[in-house]
Amino acid sequence: MSTTNNSSPASASPSRWERLRDSYIWYSFKRDRTAQLCLAVFICMVIAAFASPLLAPTNPYDLSQIDIMSSELPPFWIDGADERYALGTDAQGRDLWSIVLYGTRVSLLIGFGAVILQALLGVTFGLMAGYLGGRVDTILMRLADIQLSFSTLMVAIVVGALVKATMGSAFYSQYAVMMLILIIGLAEWPQYARTVRASVLAEKNKEYVDAARVMGLRSKRIMFRHVLPNTMSPIFVISTVQIANAIISEAALSFLGLGMPETHPSLGSLIKSGFDYIQSGSWWITLIPGAVLVVLVLSINLLGDWLRDVMNPRLYKG
Amino acid sequence: MIAFLIKRLMHAILVMFVISVLAFAIQDNLGDPIQQMVGQSVPESEREEIRERFGLNDPFLVQYARFAKNAVQGDFGYSYFYREPALEVIARHLPATLELVFAATLIIVLLSVPIGVYSAIKPRSPISRLFMGISIIGISIPVFLTAIVLIQIFAIGVTVTLFPESTGWGAWLNDFFSTEGNMPSFGRGYDLVNVVGNWDTNLATWNGLQHLVLPAVSLASIMLPLFIRLIRAEMMEVLQSEYVKYARAKGISMRRVYFVHALKNTMLPVITVGGVQIGTMVAYTILTETVFQWPGMGLMFLDAINRADIPLIVTYLMIVGVIFVVTNTIVDLIYGMVNPTVKLTGKPA
Repeated sequence: MSTTNNSSPASASPSRWERLRDSYIWYSFKRDRTAQLCLAVFICMVIAAFASPLLAPTNPYDLSQIDIMSSELPPFWIDGADERYALGTDAQGRDLWSIVLYGTRVSLLIGFGAVILQALLGVTFGLMAGYLGGRVDTILMRLADIQLSFSTLMVAIVVGALVKATMGSAFYSQYAVMMLILIIGLAEWPQYARTVRASVLAEKNKEYVDAARVMGLRSKRIMFRHVLPNTMSPIFVISTVQIANAIISEAALSFLGLGMPETHPSLGSLIKSGFDYIQSGSWWITLIPGAVLVVLVLSINLLGDWLRDVMNPRLYKG
Repeated sequence: MIAFLIKRLMHAILVMFVISVLAFAIQDNLGDPIQQMVGQSVPESEREEIRERFGLNDPFLVQYARFAKNAVQGDFGYSYFYREPALEVIARHLPATLELVFAATLIIVLLSVPIGVYSAIKPRSPISRLFMGISIIGISIPVFLTAIVLIQIFAIGVTVTLFPESTGWGAWLNDFFSTEGNMPSFGRGYDLVNVVGNWDTNLATWNGLQHLVLPAVSLASIMLPLFIRLIRAEMMEVLQSEYVKYARAKGISMRRVYFVHALKNTMLPVITVGGVQIGTMVAYTILTETVFQWPGMGLMFLDAINRADIPLIVTYLMIVGVIFVVTNTIVDLIYGMVNPTVKLTGKPA
């Protein structure tokens, strides 16, 4: 989604569509089969996930539609399958196809939400650190260093554990989506901040910034309206990778029992609940959501790779 | 050098201070220790008395000073669940985690360097492309899923009936893709050898090594692709540089150019990233140990969370903090030693 539209920042005479059609990014997209395939897979998954109430034959959140008698049925290509459940059922008797669709929606929702939060925090702090410099820069970047040296997953696990311990698991699972967005968003903002700061430092001394300052514009306006648009391409590149990371982080937290509850599962909590039954031979409960997760993350990662090659921003190495 | 050490030490102390304040704030705000200690029937007046006696009514800073003083002396309080000093509980679980991280690091180093270098030297060869393809798939698979797939294939076993049994080649293919599943996937096994103190090792016996294989491979699988890609990217950059061209022009053998001249400079950024990734590995041990019920620090931490064993959680955070700070400092030092152009003191040379 961020790949096609975002390449043309809003402005000026030729329409957005024309600018996109003439751009290098469209040219390279037309020639890259992998990127096309990945984008197609990704869009299909997003549409399927958000249309899950229409596509799913059953509503897995509705307890009255679940029959415990039909639990652990295998998918259709294995003997003993039930034709009502194409991909089989999980240990509670929920239709796996429906619950995977709903679960993908939850995972995507958290992934996008967390990345939006990360980007808001990281871009603001990165701009401030890079443009204002001095003490603001030192404090913000030292904070980012400390947090990054702890690895984002570790921070997310610890924060999740503590929030859950303070608020109690009932409260936590009620607001799990918001909590996970907050936790993953707060854990990963330094990635954005560092990237933005590095490109702001490169932009800051260019003449157009001096010109804007001489005109008497305030630093807030210069930061957001003049410098920020020129730091966009690295932001897009890391955004794709960050969405994939956020989805994996969410899955990891859910797998540890610090994420979505089993009544309202994401792909991670589906994998977790299925893992308990893998020893009894019901591998599909855990491996089908797992495969969906991998395909989703892989298509995002490949898109990110392609985007990085095309835009070729000098990403901050650190 | 001395100035750099002092500067790093100040930085480390600052980080540890921040962590300890956070850890203490957690301890202070989570749950009521009196409730953990006494029964339901104890009246409020007596509880208040105990609270006063243990100094729980003192101001935050006074309590923090006491906590910090004890922590520096190695006293982190008692674990609610194990009923013994939290530090001892951690010390008992530490060797299992360290062996797991060690085995995973070994796998990563042994595989990533040759694969990374090869795919940098021959970027267009089909084998390099295969490795790069596998590595991006590897990045996209979360570590716990790798672990589950490994368990399914090597511990439970897979019976493939995809190909028709009637034909000879069909049966052979079915056999080829089926696995027996006799690898252990649970815990550390029975055959541990005590080395010293509470360090029982998995590395000394066949049974121990068997138990180590699947967890170590899972843990390595998450970092291996990153390192392959990093080494490849750095090596390709180095191969473009003037001094490599010059070495070639002098007629030095290609093997020497690749492995002596180029590899040295490739490893510089790899060391920095590697140090940071060791920290990340600690986070991933929580996931790996959960899947394999590996009785290390990560599993202990997760259990502590589920039991709301606050002293143990706080101690774990402090110890992990120390591990992170120490590895980062060591990495900086090594980096300064192997790359003399880095100004360690931050002063102009």
